[in-house]
Amino acid sequence: MAKMELRLAGSGGQGVILATIILAEAALSGGKNAVQSQSYGPEARGGMCKAEVIVSDEDIWFTKVVNPTFLLALTQESLDKYGKGLDKNCVIMADASLEIPDCIKDNKVIKVPILKTAREVVGKGFTANIVAVAAINEALKLVPFETLRDVVMARIPKGTEAINLKALEEGEKLAKTL
Amino acid sequence: MSKRVLMQGNEAVVEGAIAAGMRFYAGYPITPSTEIAEQSSVRLPQVGGTFIQMEDEISSMAAVIGASVAGVKAMTATSGPGFSLKQENIGYACIAEVPCVIVDVQRSGPSTGLPTSPSQGDVMQARWGTHGDHPMIAVSPSSVSECFYKAIRCFNLSEKYRTPVILLMDEIVGHLREGVEIPSVLDVEIINRTVKSSEGHQPYEGDIHEIPGWHLNGGGRYNITGLSHDLSGFPTNSNEITDKLIRRLMGKIEHNADDIIEYEEKYLDDAETVVLCYGGTVRAAMSAVLEARKQGVKVGMFRPVTVWPFPERRLKEISPKVKRIIVAEHNYGQIVLEVERIVKNDCKIDFIGKVDGTVITPAEILKRIKEGK
Repeated sequence: MAKMELRLAGSGGQGVILATIILAEAALSGGKNAVQSQSYGPEARGGMCKAEVIVSDEDIWFTKVVNPTFLLALTQESLDKYGKGLDKNCVIMADASLEIPDCIKDNKVIKVPILKTAREVVGKGFTANIVAVAAINEALKLVPFETLRDVVMARIPKGTEAINLKALEEGEKLAKTL
Repeated sequence: MSKRVLMQGNEAVVEGAIAAGMRFYAGYPITPSTEIAEQSSVRLPQVGGTFIQMEDEISSMAAVIGASVAGVKAMTATSGPGFSLKQENIGYACIAEVPCVIVDVQRSGPSTGLPTSPSQGDVMQARWGTHGDHPMIAVSPSSVSECFYKAIRCFNLSEKYRTPVILLMDEIVGHLREGVEIPSVLDVEIINRTVKSSEGHQPYEGDIHEIPGWHLNGGGRYNITGLSHDLSGFPTNSNEITDKLIRRLMGKIEHNADDIIEYEEKYLDDAETVVLCYGGTVRAAMSAVLEARKQGVKVGMFRPVTVWPFPERRLKEISPKVKRIIVAEHNYGQIVLEVERIVKNDCKIDFIGKVDGTVITPAEILKRIKEGK
């Protein structure tokens, strides 16, 4: 497997850090090496937030993403910022509500209604990160759905299993219908 | 059987500390060390320990000293601004010879600086942050697994040498999550402080490089003070006794340097250039060194694991054999001063220092490696 460098960006409170933790844990469960890190401002909510996962079969030394092979953007601000300077091979998953900036016109851009699906189909906006995790997992063929499901179930508060499972299923569906 | 799990550096510190026998934590949470307090508050009650969130960092350090004097292995964790506040009491623990562990997860300073950004700007503060001549041990991990094992080592060193030990982390490693195997049966030795009966012994007796036995655990009574004290622990103005005390305090670390000092070397055999770094910076340096090696450049890495005491003798062996040492650290130039002092004119010294709150990248180090070639 080629080394994957995933960057997930959004607004503080959207759960992008947890999303990367889940992806890293899933990769680890799948027998890969994974490191996860994040950068954020001092704000509790609303500031720009970036979280990253590197997945590789080999030892991972440097812990930060240098050349993303994948970018998820949940806000226009984060797409505009992290869309710049990307390698042409980087795959971008952007929420369907976002406008695609010129700088990534030549990249493969997948527009997915993550926020809308969480809000209207799953029924809770805060499940957007779990919808995103399932969509990413399916798009990148990271681990089997069951592995991802087990990781998510171990990470979430008791009593939220049903809604998170729904979020996972809807997320996978979104990526499958691309 | 141990299982490989995804764990954060800060969380691994807590697991290591508990494995080492920590049963008391007092602290005041601060980014990027907060998860250590958070996890301690969850884990300590599970193992019969005590967690206290104190009103500030000064009292946290005092509580840790008090707990240790009562015989309980104790730890606190903080970042730059809180580390500053703890300094006076760290000095107290040095002179009163109270074992304890202080974790400093460095962030950008000075003052409250950039709270969520990495830095290694507290390296000199770790050594000289508290006033007066005092011994200091500081250990700098560079992976999540090391956060676990070096936390244990910090407790072991502090118990063995009756001295505060600093686990000098940085945001890079503290907030990093990676796979780690936490052994269900501990594969390292746990050292507990020596306990001597107070009968026939003075609490601070010991020859020049000796570590006094610990009396309170033995049920004796004695005086503990931050003032210069005689063998009984009571204050003294005697110049002669003070001289002996300070020389013994410094000597117990200096003369046991071989036991305390730890370093790591990579590809030094034929290296013409050596990247010297510590803590989270090691990750970028190793990436750069491996890439440079692929390109046929003779480069290696030297990494002090104990930043204090600095592996001076080993560096002095390496420096005449190489052409250049590149020191990379996330500050304006701190360990590079130590390197300059030791290496003198043995070889060229280059410096990469970053103070903008971002991480030194492998590309930056690789560029410097190739520039000087």
